[in-house]
Amino acid sequence: MYAFELHKAASVADAAARLAQTGGRPLAGGQSLVGAMKLRLAQPGTLVDLSGIAELRGIRKEGTALVIGATMRHAEIADAADVKATIPALADLAGGIGDRQVRNMGTIGGSIANSDPAACWPAAVLGLGATVVTNKGRHAADGFFKGMYETALGSDEIITAIGFPVPRKAAYVKFRNPASRFALVGVFVAQAGDGAVRVAVTGAAPAVFRCAPLEAALAKAFTADAAKAVKIDAQGLGGDLHASPEYRAHLIGVLAARAVASLH
Amino acid sequence: MSVTIAMSVNGRPVEATVDARTLLVEFLRNDLALTGTHVGCDTGQCGACTVLLDGKAVKSCTILAAQAAGAKVTTIEGLARDGTLHPMQAAFRDCHGLQCGFCTPGMVMSALDLVARHPAPDERTVREGLDGNLCRCTGYHNIVKAVQQGAAAMRQGG
Repeated sequence: MYAFELHKAASVADAAARLAQTGGRPLAGGQSLVGAMKLRLAQPGTLVDLSGIAELRGIRKEGTALVIGATMRHAEIADAADVKATIPALADLAGGIGDRQVRNMGTIGGSIANSDPAACWPAAVLGLGATVVTNKGRHAADGFFKGMYETALGSDEIITAIGFPVPRKAAYVKFRNPASRFALVGVFVAQAGDGAVRVAVTGAAPAVFRCAPLEAALAKAFTADAAKAVKIDAQGLGGDLHASPEYRAHLIGVLAARAVASLH
Repeated sequence: MSVTIAMSVNGRPVEATVDARTLLVEFLRNDLALTGTHVGCDTGQCGACTVLLDGKAVKSCTILAAQAAGAKVTTIEGLARDGTLHPMQAAFRDCHGLQCGFCTPGMVMSALDLVARHPAPDERTVREGLDGNLCRCTGYHNIVKAVQQGAAAMRQGG
């Protein structure tokens, strides 16, 4: 590992000031960042450790939303009674990330800020139309994920919490890359309280995206057959040694159908 | 840049000034000479470096030592009591849950995290729970048996 400066922030304001001064990066659980730094895929000169900031912790109901603090760890969210009772799809998703060790350290805010193209949390954020709350304001999910490892966050902007509107129904199904445990493709399907349907896809393109043809089909009939009948265009999808764009396109329909089937 | 960190390691208070870049596994192995925690892949995949951080399994190769400041760390060296193996260690020996043994410390530490949540895990629960630990020798079969036997022994307070 190369040398860097490390500051443990006492508060969000302190962390933001440090980031503004140094041009450094926030460190949450570090399950992506520390590994990337070891490989020098990321080389921040300064890390600002957020783990001691109490205001970034906690899970609470706020009106019609479930609000999860940014440094809540995946395993904590998977086990939280409030999450299981309110939006069980989020507990399922959190419990399927990486492996136990990663879930014990990695955080929801870190995953969302990182915007890995195959990460699970971005699918939940976009699929539920969540609000990303930061020290500078609020971001709607649509427009937040800009591209591969790219979000709407500014350089000294810190995610403080994520507000998930409670849906009528929601499910997340992923086809796991057996080596990396990331989503080869993951599909988050949600039916909001007013009946509106959102479908978010991760793992298939440079960033998570909404799948309009599936949303339209499922708005008409919220059934697995309706999802299966949609032909997904492979144009713009990623191809690599694990899967071709056509294979990923096929998986999107299959996984959407499985997600809907799991809700009946 | 140096940082001063204090933590408990295997029940012993430890304080040290280390370079900020020091990984937890480097601190354990190089500074504390606790070489039972192994570095396998060094990229967060294999789980050989698994230790317990406040009772939860984590990969010490992907955590800065400074991230463990204030925590209770347990390594494989912290399990045996007065020369008697921990029941989970004894079960790995009894069941032949290892061949070369390189992955074993990490397997045992992950098994303890698993058993803390599932005192009587079925085979599927064990296999899923050890998802983050790779073994290139055994084919896992005897590891699964060892974890179940170790869990049973722990239930009996053995």
